[in-house]
Amino acid sequence: MTTKASYEQVIDQGDNQIAKFEPRHHTMLDRIQHILHNNPTFVPVIVLMISLLAFWIIAGGRFFSAFNLSLIMQQVSIIGMLAAAQSLIIITAGIDLSVAAIMILMSVIMGNLAVNMGVPSPLAIIVGFAGGLAAGAMNGLLITKIKLPPFITTLGTWSIFFALNLWLSGAQSIRSQDIDANAEFLKFFGNAFKIGGARITFGVILMIVIFVVLWYMLNKTAWGRHVYAIGDDMEAAEMSGIRTERTLISVYMLAGLVCAVAGWASIGRVGSISPQSFYEGNLQSITAVVIGGISLFGGRGSIMGALFGALIVGVFQSGLRMAGVDVLWQVFAIGWLIIIAVAIDQWIRRVSA
Amino acid sequence: MTPVVSAKGIVKRYGHVTAIDHSDFELRPGEILAVIGDNGAGKSSIVKAICGATTPDEGEILIEGESVKFSSPIEARDMGIEIVYQNLALSPALSIADNMFTGRELRKPGFLGKFLRMLDKPAMEKFAREKLTELGLMTVQSIKQPVETLSGGQRQGVAVARAAAFATKFIIMDEPTAALGVKESRKVLELIKDVRARGIPIILISHNMPHVFEVADRIHIHRLGKRLCTIDPKDYTMSDAVAFMTGAKAPPPKDAA
Repeated sequence: MTTKASYEQVIDQGDNQIAKFEPRHHTMLDRIQHILHNNPTFVPVIVLMISLLAFWIIAGGRFFSAFNLSLIMQQVSIIGMLAAAQSLIIITAGIDLSVAAIMILMSVIMGNLAVNMGVPSPLAIIVGFAGGLAAGAMNGLLITKIKLPPFITTLGTWSIFFALNLWLSGAQSIRSQDIDANAEFLKFFGNAFKIGGARITFGVILMIVIFVVLWYMLNKTAWGRHVYAIGDDMEAAEMSGIRTERTLISVYMLAGLVCAVAGWASIGRVGSISPQSFYEGNLQSITAVVIGGISLFGGRGSIMGALFGALIVGVFQSGLRMAGVDVLWQVFAIGWLIIIAVAIDQWIRRVSA
Repeated sequence: MTPVVSAKGIVKRYGHVTAIDHSDFELRPGEILAVIGDNGAGKSSIVKAICGATTPDEGEILIEGESVKFSSPIEARDMGIEIVYQNLALSPALSIADNMFTGRELRKPGFLGKFLRMLDKPAMEKFAREKLTELGLMTVQSIKQPVETLSGGQRQGVAVARAAAFATKFIIMDEPTAALGVKESRKVLELIKDVRARGIPIILISHNMPHVFEVADRIHIHRLGKRLCTIDPKDYTMSDAVAFMTGAKAPPPKDAA
C-alpha cells in the first residue's frame, strides 16, 4: 500500500465485519426453491413420480403394470431421441424446428436405398447418418456463417427437408412386408426382449444410451462446457477463447446425426417408412425439452431433463387414455403441462441467493 | 532491454474513419503502462490491434523483438498474452473453476482423457483454488459455485486471477475498476500491483486518473488516433495529463512520441 488517495485513508478504519443481518426465517417453500435451483432436474423427476402415482390411483394397476410402463417407454423412444437432439440446440440458446424433418428424410433415404435399390442395409444406414450430419451442417453453417437466427433457419430447412422427403418417397410409404423381405436390418431397433412382464425394445435401450452419451459429453468434456458457455453468453464465450462458430456447427451436426439415428430407430418402431409420420415431432421434441426444465434462453438445464420431459408426456397420454379420457383432453393437458413447467422454471430462477 | 511490445506506424481504418493513425506503442518489461485518452481517441483500437482482436492495415508489431501478425485473440493467448475485458468475459452459469479454464481445459491423464476426453475437474479446481489464494481472493465459499453468485469485485478478481495464472508475456486490462466501489477498486489495484511484482507487465486502459497515477510506471497518452506522448507520472500532475489528453496543452518535447 504505497500511495493511497486521501479519500481512501479511512478505508482501513472502516468496519471490516461482514454484514450481519437478522437471519431471515426460511420457510419450507424457500428451501424447496433453493434445492430446485441447484438441481434443476429435480422438478421433472418429481413431476414424473407424482404423475405415475396419480395415474396409478386413477387408472389402477393396469396402468402401473410392467407391461404398460415398458409400452410408455417404447412410445416415447423416438420423440425422446429427437428431444435429446433438440436439447443440444436449446442449450446453445438456439432452436431446431427441423429435427423431425431430418429424421423422416433420413429414414426415407435409408429405405429407398436398402429396400427399393438393393443397397446393403448397413451401407444405406451409413448414407443416412452422413445425410443427418450434412443436414445439421447446413443448419449450422447458415446460422454461424450467414448469421441467420436459428428459428428462421430451421423453419426454412424444415420445409426444404420435408419437400425433399416427399420427392424422394413419391409421397408413398414403404410397406412393412417389403422391408422384411429386402432389408430386415433396418428394423433392428424394433427387436425386443422380455423381463418379467416388461417388453424392452432395442429402440428404448438406444434412446437411453443416446442420453447417457450426450450427458457425458455435455458434463465431462471441454466441448460440453463450451456448449453451455455459448448458450449462457455468446460474446463472453468468444472472448474467453472458445471457437464459438466451430462449436456451434458441431452441435448442429451432432443433433443432425442423432436425428438420423432416430430415423433408423423409427423404422423399427413404426414398422413401415412413411413420409407423413411424426409430422408433429418438431414441436413434441420442444415440449419434452421445456417440460424437462431446460431453459429456452440457453445455458441452463440438464439433458436428462428432456428424457424425463418426454416420459412425463408419455405417462400423461397413457394414463389419461386408460382413465377413458378423450384424446382432445390429453392434448389439453399437455398444453397446461408446458405452461406450468415454464412457470415453475421462472419461479426457481427468481431464487433469492 | 528489448521492449515486450513495440509497435510502429500502426494504421487501422474502418471505412472512412481512421481509428489508428500511424501510431506507435511500447510496453517495457515489468512495468505497468497506463493508456489514457479521450473518448474516441482510439485507445481501445490500438490495444485491440496488439492483442489480435483487429488486424491493422499498416505497421508492424513486435513482441519481444519478434514480428507477429495475429488474426484472433486466441493466437495472442497461445503466446501468453491475456486480456481482462471490461465486461470480464465470464460465463455466469458456469463455476469459478470452469471459467478459469475456458478454452484450455485440463483432461485426465491416460485413456479417460485421451479417448473419452474426460475433464480433470479435481485438478482444475485445485489449480483455481491455488491461484485465487495466491491473490488473496479465497473469500468465495466454493470454487464450484457459479460465477453469477459472486459480487462484482469477486468476479473482477476471478477474471484477473485467470489472466495472471496464464499470462507469460503480458496482461491487458480494460477499465478494471470502472464498475467497482471504492473498497473493491482498492483491492483490484493491489491485485494489479501484485501481478506486476511477479514480473508480468500490464497494459492498463483507464479513465480513472487517481488510479492511473497510483499504479502506472509510465502513461501513454493517446490523442486523435495516435500516441501523443509518454510521460512519467512522477513528473506531472493529473491536470497536466488531462490537459495533454484533451489538447489544452502541448506535451513537452522530451516526452513527445
